[in-house]
Amino acid sequence: MPQPPPAPARAETREALDVNQLTVAYGRSVRALHEVSLRVPAGGIVALLGANGAGKSTLLRAVSGTLPLHQGAVVSGSVGFGSADLTGRSAAQVVAAGVVQVPEGRRVFAELSVEDNLRAGRLGLVRRGRAEARATLDEVYALFPVLAERRRQTAGLMSGGEQQMLAMGRALMARPRLLLLDEPTLGLAPLMVERISETVQEIRRRGTGVLLVEQNAALALELADHAYVLEVGAVRLSGPAAELAASDEVRRLYLGEQGDEPGTEDVPASVPALGRWQR
Amino acid sequence: MTTLVQTLFNGLALGSVYALISLGFTLVHKASDAVNFAHGSLLLLGGYLVAVLHTSLGFPGALVVAAAATALAAVTVGQLLRAARAQGAAVPTILTIGVDILLFTELARRIGTDVLNLGDPWGARVASFAGVTVAQARVASLVAAVLLVAAFLAAFRWTRWGLAMRVNASDREAAALMGARGERLRASAWALAGLLAAVAAVFLTAFPTPGLDRTTGQVALKAFPAAVVGGLGSVGGALVGSLLVGLAEAFSAGYQDQLSPLGSGLSDVAPYLVMVLVLIARPQGLLGAKESSRV
Repeated sequence: MPQPPPAPARAETREALDVNQLTVAYGRSVRALHEVSLRVPAGGIVALLGANGAGKSTLLRAVSGTLPLHQGAVVSGSVGFGSADLTGRSAAQVVAAGVVQVPEGRRVFAELSVEDNLRAGRLGLVRRGRAEARATLDEVYALFPVLAERRRQTAGLMSGGEQQMLAMGRALMARPRLLLLDEPTLGLAPLMVERISETVQEIRRRGTGVLLVEQNAALALELADHAYVLEVGAVRLSGPAAELAASDEVRRLYLGEQGDEPGTEDVPASVPALGRWQR
Repeated sequence: MTTLVQTLFNGLALGSVYALISLGFTLVHKASDAVNFAHGSLLLLGGYLVAVLHTSLGFPGALVVAAAATALAAVTVGQLLRAARAQGAAVPTILTIGVDILLFTELARRIGTDVLNLGDPWGARVASFAGVTVAQARVASLVAAVLLVAAFLAAFRWTRWGLAMRVNASDREAAALMGARGERLRASAWALAGLLAAVAAVFLTAFPTPGLDRTTGQVALKAFPAAVVGGLGSVGGALVGSLLVGLAEAFSAGYQDQLSPLGSGLSDVAPYLVMVLVLIARPQGLLGAKESSRV
């Protein structure tokens, strides 16, 4: 049974993402995150769960340096990646540090070709080797053969699942050491969801850590080693993914039974352990 | 026949100069989401600097310095807009009107009622072949514009900078997430716009135009319909629109006598006439994408 809210475990792994006591506000008054701490160990998969408006996207923006595009700013706390301090850094600096975000809703460059989209994935790199770019492109094509078949096609004409693969491939072009995935399976067909989840595991096998924001909590907890549940801008629960998946509280939340008293968990045994996250 | 060829040539030459102006205009529009009404004054600034510097620096030196200074001025305007950005979408555009008035007033004060010579090497010389006589300056403008536009298009299509520009215009946030440096890209768009405006000023004031006067900047206004005809925000559209507007203007001037029932001075309004007609048929412009908003 996870204890809410536990302090993030300290390990001596290199290039872990450390979000420490982070408070973020939009404009002068709207506080979107309040003293949130979170850790993604090097090469690990961590799931971030929570209802709409809980602050998941804000947390990703704070890490990826895109808060200013939304008139948001870090009020206090810090974001670190390995020895690099990413607090308040520009999006380009974060990419150069090895942390790349795949935005919610794919956001592929619709009027550009698939290959130009992939090439754009390397815009943030300071050190640019032609040979390495070529090798990385081949790797991405090997991971997503459909992108190789469609390299000349306009990105906006592809299906949602293919666009998700392109968005992930584009991010991988920068050879990130940590990938931030924002709702990668939203609106995709079950078969494609399966494909994406396999890809996430493959990405981890290659040594890249993943911070996964997912509405599909069942999938997220299956993929992740560790998970955090955000509620109104604060960490409500955290712990090993398997423990969270088995916990009564998480199950109650998944079933959408938002009882007033946290103690009442009269979940019938016939109900499956995990459904989709209820909005 | 001679008139036709000559008119066609004049139209292309004029259109190519408009292309330099509307290209910068379109780039700025893509980069800052603002319609840059200060473009005409920036052009006037470029021309004025060439006029005052060419005696001491020579024409090529004056052109280089003027282009650099105009680029710098344009970047400054861009930074000014950025400071005002948070206050809504219309504000930057209105701000450019203010900048335009300030800049124009100062330049008009300096120029007064003079007509300045830019010291270009072509002078009033003409070239003739096959019975067609054209001003050398117009040949030069056509060549220079084609080279500049081709260089720009190649860079836009094949370089890392061009990719970043296209990506940034497509989806600014996604571009930032890929590490595109939005600030630098915006500055580079303004710089390029200023540079092209300074070059355009030279050709706009070269023979057979008498020279640079305070109204030269207003000519840049004709690049607005050119950009709109092509579809605001589309680089290809700006080029096509510029040629169309240039040809329309040249033809209404070249065939003035035949068009006399419509009154004289038709060539002055031809660009706007073309714009209205095109927009009635295609509200998004010839090559413009339909405005669509992401929800």
